[in-house]
Amino acid sequence: MPEVIYLDNNATTRPAPEVVEAMLPYFNEAWGNPSSMHAFGGHVARPVAEARETVANFLGAERPEEILFEGCATEADNHAILGVAAAWNQPGTIITSRVEHPAVLGPCLRLRELGHNVIEIGVNNEGLFDLEAYEAALAATPGPKLVSVMWANNETGVIFPIRKIAELGKAAGATIHTDAVQAAGKLAINVKDVPVDLLTIAGHKMHAPKGIGVLYVRRGTRIKPLILGGHQERGRRGGTENVPYIIGLAKACKLATAALSDGSETRIARLRDKLEAGLLATCPDSRVNGCRTCRVPNTLNISFEYIEGESVLYHLSDRGICASSGSACAAGSLEPSHVIRAMGVPFTAVHGSIRFSLSRYTTEHEIDITLRHVPEVVAEMRALSPFVKH
Amino acid sequence: MWDYTDTVMDHFRHPRNVGIIDNPDGKATVGSLACGDALTFMFKLDAEGKIAEAKFQTFGCASAVASSSALTEMVIGKTLEEAEKITNREIAAYLGGLPDQKMHCSVMGKEALEAAIHNYRTGEESVVQVHEEIVCSCFGVSREEIERVTRENNLHSVEEVTNFCKAGGGCGMCRDRIQEIVDEVNHTAAAAAAPAPAPKKMTVLQKIKLIEQTLEEQVRPVLRKDGGDVELIDVDGDVVRISFRGMCAGCRSAALTRDNLIATALHEFVDPAITVVME
Repeated sequence: MPEVIYLDNNATTRPAPEVVEAMLPYFNEAWGNPSSMHAFGGHVARPVAEARETVANFLGAERPEEILFEGCATEADNHAILGVAAAWNQPGTIITSRVEHPAVLGPCLRLRELGHNVIEIGVNNEGLFDLEAYEAALAATPGPKLVSVMWANNETGVIFPIRKIAELGKAAGATIHTDAVQAAGKLAINVKDVPVDLLTIAGHKMHAPKGIGVLYVRRGTRIKPLILGGHQERGRRGGTENVPYIIGLAKACKLATAALSDGSETRIARLRDKLEAGLLATCPDSRVNGCRTCRVPNTLNISFEYIEGESVLYHLSDRGICASSGSACAAGSLEPSHVIRAMGVPFTAVHGSIRFSLSRYTTEHEIDITLRHVPEVVAEMRALSPFVKH
Repeated sequence: MWDYTDTVMDHFRHPRNVGIIDNPDGKATVGSLACGDALTFMFKLDAEGKIAEAKFQTFGCASAVASSSALTEMVIGKTLEEAEKITNREIAAYLGGLPDQKMHCSVMGKEALEAAIHNYRTGEESVVQVHEEIVCSCFGVSREEIERVTRENNLHSVEEVTNFCKAGGGCGMCRDRIQEIVDEVNHTAAAAAAPAPAPKKMTVLQKIKLIEQTLEEQVRPVLRKDGGDVELIDVDGDVVRISFRGMCAGCRSAALTRDNLIATALHEFVDPAITVVME
């Protein structure tokens, strides 16, 4: 196997060594239950409370109890959407976008089955949110409303104007949720400035391990629990606290805060831009998907026309390069990415979209190697394609 | 990653017989760019009528490339009568099997072979058997299929139909026709439920209801675990009068419970100005 070049950080990230180190004592020594009425367990309650405060600070939350630790971001998204609608006791409206993660689209679909009105707001060909359609939807729907719109898109990295979206929604009386999984650690998040009621983040997208998510619940938000059967998280999410992962997530939040202020994101953006410029120059008939001036710093989504994504990924994998694709075959379905289709990407390019997503561990050397390999693979696949004139 | 066999990966990494043949005896292209799978297959016969040469070009995933490559190896040296007996399952078996979701790749190989033989025998470009109205020709979606997904999933827009069955997601030429079909299906469906009234400033009645709802949702589940309950006696401006029932009545920690639980809940969900008084 060649050396692994990991450019799939929007799928999952390397757990930071500092995070792993911070977690280990909570497996080996302090493995008690923080709810226990004995000192051995009780000793764990304080680190969990401190971790909750750290995460609250990371998001700009007023109070630690606004932070709910959950099993993953998908659970947190489900909790936000199904939990708010469950508190309505009447049919309401859910306004979301056409390019959400399935963790949001799935529960919205469930609510539609249950008789709620679900409105999906479209995007333009740069992947930018249609604010006009959103305002019209807010104005046209009486009764209780939930807005669930992502902060940054996982496939293209395009950032939505979440502050504006939240302000408009609040003015119309809606409860506001945002899936900030792809924004956390890449952009500064502060719920003091952005009036969302609910916000989701995932540990494993920001150098904590898989298996921990957070739902921020602004004080006063009416929401019912999804996981019943325990007093934990103030009765809002049952289940014994996942202590090591909570500690790990808090450490990751501290590291992310440091990285956001030490210029790491600028360096990542520079490497991403180098990769983008290099690929556009060496691969004819390629195009960037998503607004290039309005993206998180680590993401490049690029289509190579007339070739298919899965084949490209397998050839890159043989060369040690990890990327991902919105192509149908790679996604395990028959349809190409709903995000790429919602943007009206030409059908010649829909199946050949490749996502490269960097992290603060990505090196310039790795980008240079990638820039050598990708044009070779693209040329090789095009030699096979019946749609390229040879 | 898909669980591809070593044979599939070998044919994908080192595809056999890639390219084109000048003046082939039979040639066909199946699939399309919009579908995400396409295969151009061609062959040349020798003097005895056996396939002497077979070549392909494929746009598609690893298993599509491998299936095409396998097909060329399988047909070379066979007569057309022998070759046309090859089934898609035999193509998959030649590769040591394909994942279930990838069997369509072997079907594409079989279709290309049939169409190329048909081309040799008749000179016709392709074989299309139309049994029903094909609305979306990019993805080959029929009217019946669009009607079914629209009905079963309560769809209202072309975009939704595209999400469910791909129809309209290619060139877009059929989008008006899809909208007509969707409208026809929905015409028979019942009208949407009456909209809820617009929210107004909270009246006293609404405030009482909200207090009752908050007690029910936030407070009673906790008290009931200990066999207790709570009753709302009166609401006078910001003063909320409460009475405990069951195990809670007369309990010395009742006052503490009231302060911590009821006041917190009412402050958070109704009004921060509320004062709770225990009867």
